[in-house]
Amino acid sequence: MLQILFTILIYLILVIPVGSYVYHIAAGKHTFADPVFNHIDSAIYKIGGVNSNNGMNWKKYALSLLMTNGVMIFLGYIILRIQSIDFFNPNGIEAMEESLSFNTIISFMTNTNLQHYSGESGLSYLSQMLVIIFMMFVSAASGYAACIAFIRGLAGKSKDNVGNFFVDLVRITTRVLLPISIIGGLLLVWQGVPQNLSENVVVDTIEGTKQVIAQGPVAALEIIKHLGTNGGGFLGANSSTPIENPTIISDLIELYSMMLLPGACVITFGKMVRDRKQSKLVEDIGKTENMISKSRKTRKSLTVWMYGREGRSIFAAMGIIFLIGLSVCFWAETQGNPALAHIGLSQSMGSMEGKEVRFGIAQSVMFTTTTTSFTTGTINNMHDTLTPLGGMIPMLHMMLNVVFGGKGVGLMNMIMYAILAVFICGLMIGRTPEYLGKKIEGREMKLTALCIIIHPLLILGFSALAVGTQAGMEGITNPGFHGLSQVLYEYASSAANNGSGFEGLADNTLFWNITTGLAMFFGRYISIVIQLAIAGSLMKKRFVNESTGTLHTDTFSFAIILVFVVYIFAALTFFPVLALGPIAEHLTLWA
Amino acid sequence: MKNLVKKLLKEIRQTVVVSVVLMVVCGLVFPCLLTGMANLIFPDQAKGNLIAVNNQIVGAENVGQEFTEDYYMWSRPSAYHYNVYIEKEGKQYYNDGTEFAGLGSGSNNYAPSNPALAERVEADLKTFLEKNPEVKREDIPTDLLTASGSGLDPHISPESAEIQIPRIAEASGLSEDKIRKFVADNTTEKILGIFGERKVNVLKVNIEIAQELDLI
Repeated sequence: MLQILFTILIYLILVIPVGSYVYHIAAGKHTFADPVFNHIDSAIYKIGGVNSNNGMNWKKYALSLLMTNGVMIFLGYIILRIQSIDFFNPNGIEAMEESLSFNTIISFMTNTNLQHYSGESGLSYLSQMLVIIFMMFVSAASGYAACIAFIRGLAGKSKDNVGNFFVDLVRITTRVLLPISIIGGLLLVWQGVPQNLSENVVVDTIEGTKQVIAQGPVAALEIIKHLGTNGGGFLGANSSTPIENPTIISDLIELYSMMLLPGACVITFGKMVRDRKQSKLVEDIGKTENMISKSRKTRKSLTVWMYGREGRSIFAAMGIIFLIGLSVCFWAETQGNPALAHIGLSQSMGSMEGKEVRFGIAQSVMFTTTTTSFTTGTINNMHDTLTPLGGMIPMLHMMLNVVFGGKGVGLMNMIMYAILAVFICGLMIGRTPEYLGKKIEGREMKLTALCIIIHPLLILGFSALAVGTQAGMEGITNPGFHGLSQVLYEYASSAANNGSGFEGLADNTLFWNITTGLAMFFGRYISIVIQLAIAGSLMKKRFVNESTGTLHTDTFSFAIILVFVVYIFAALTFFPVLALGPIAEHLTLWA
Repeated sequence: MKNLVKKLLKEIRQTVVVSVVLMVVCGLVFPCLLTGMANLIFPDQAKGNLIAVNNQIVGAENVGQEFTEDYYMWSRPSAYHYNVYIEKEGKQYYNDGTEFAGLGSGSNNYAPSNPALAERVEADLKTFLEKNPEVKREDIPTDLLTASGSGLDPHISPESAEIQIPRIAEASGLSEDKIRKFVADNTTEKILGIFGERKVNVLKVNIEIAQELDLI
């Protein structure tokens, strides 16, 4: 319990400087590292023929993102299909089959990292590096780029320029992801994560048997896997293996690397939106006494300085949902498994099946809640073996997909709910809803509704298809209500671009490869395009002046409203399936 | 029209070239650079923390092993038997006689409600109680008979180590105090007294037992 509190406390301190750095990168401001990176970036722009001064409107930005991702998918697919060549392939891995290659490449490009293969036997080192590690960088950078463009749209400094996609992509990769990866990667090696290109080692044990131990460029993959909220492991069992995650320190490094950037995005949002307000305040400063006292008030509050006014309420709402989920999951896991208690195995340590001794219940639960809230998908314990309610939390957080969320997408989704919350409140008091100084009208509401409805549609639609067909039912490996949970979890994880799994599911079949591939693809790109469209539409509007009837979105009460709106929509959409899966399993297990 | 085609070609070129450059930088330069730096600064860790006894590599510090002898400390159950196998007539088998599935990691992924989980634990309980007659069923710690997530967990809890000491002492002829000392030597505490759990590295304890018994 104590270690969970300390873990969160350290996070809240670390996220502030990182948020400030990301804000400087996003806003194109000067940073201490510019002398080095300016050279690297301009070299890349020169080779690629990118004119860094050319801005794009939202349509062109979205198109560039889609096209670039398309090219990357093509390159990666070819490498997976020819990986059997004798180049960075000391373990003699064969080429990957078509439908699995399709699933894998979509999975990594969309930042999902759902894995229907096992890293030990499915990928050569060449693929691990040129496909997996490469895509972990660029899929994360693409997501953050989209998020930054979205924030620029909301901040509304210009009428149609959301930035240059290529510049954002390169800047995020070279200035944020690469430097942190090198430092973090070395720290992981220090803790004992291997980083080499040698073949697997076979040893003679002291009992006279043999043991084969995996090797490879693990640390390089490990750090960007978390930093880019990707989540696909080098080995089948991901970060639960002592090779990928040998100590509690490596566990914390991995935990923080996945928590920092999504949190930093919220701060970036807060600060970029504040920029606009402050510059406006400075203009008006001579006009009214009232305004001056207001700008002083802005300076005074510490949390506003750290998170930005609007960022603070979003951060608080996300934090509240996160803490509720964490507490439920922790409580459920410490209760142990009554089925094992019944046959006489003490459950005093909690439910330890599928968990590692070095992490125990506390850090396993922390990792589980984080990986699904921040949509990373890495695991340090097996989610399939979690207690029913403990397993419901990760599933629920992927269904919500707004609790910080990976690579900026969580923030964009939360803004959708914020718009919805403003709209609902607006209806209650009978005024046209406003958010960030812009009127929310029919077009935005239609797009928001569409965006919010796609996610449950993908999860529930495909789940229905899976349980309705023979091909889908064949994947289920656990009997009873848990079987439905396995299916739901798989599609929730795909649509939310998370990538963790109830790994018992026998998912490397044509049916599962194709359906989850489609869920990942639509889950990622449809939302991004719609969200950029909303930003593009809001940009064109004039700022409206605040009046007494304006609903303030920078208050704590708005954060509470937001939490309720998220939970109410989740309950309306997902409660029936959750009742049939995890809740029913819980009731039968404890009966 | 010509301008439009030219513009389009320029954009396609931009997309492709940026993708390829990033692929080389992130997918090749970064991992190779990290490999070089890691092997320079932390050479042992970069090679996977292999443990050598008398110049013979017997395992890795972070990767658990399966032990079956009564005079060794036992690890937790593993779906992949810790990738430990024996070679017989050109074929590879796990210790329990089933065929070796090749390098892997993971668990059986039994849901808590799955009857197969209770069956497996029940069978292991029976075996454990037979081999450790002094132990009472309710005293067995949870971690010792549940499988880890990775199937490679190198640790057990100090309680799980303690409960095996009488059996090891009887089978090896070593005194309980000596074994208790080996366990204490290889027990790691929580970091700063807060983070992580107390744990015992099974392989390292067993290497000390083997050295004491002159088996290696």
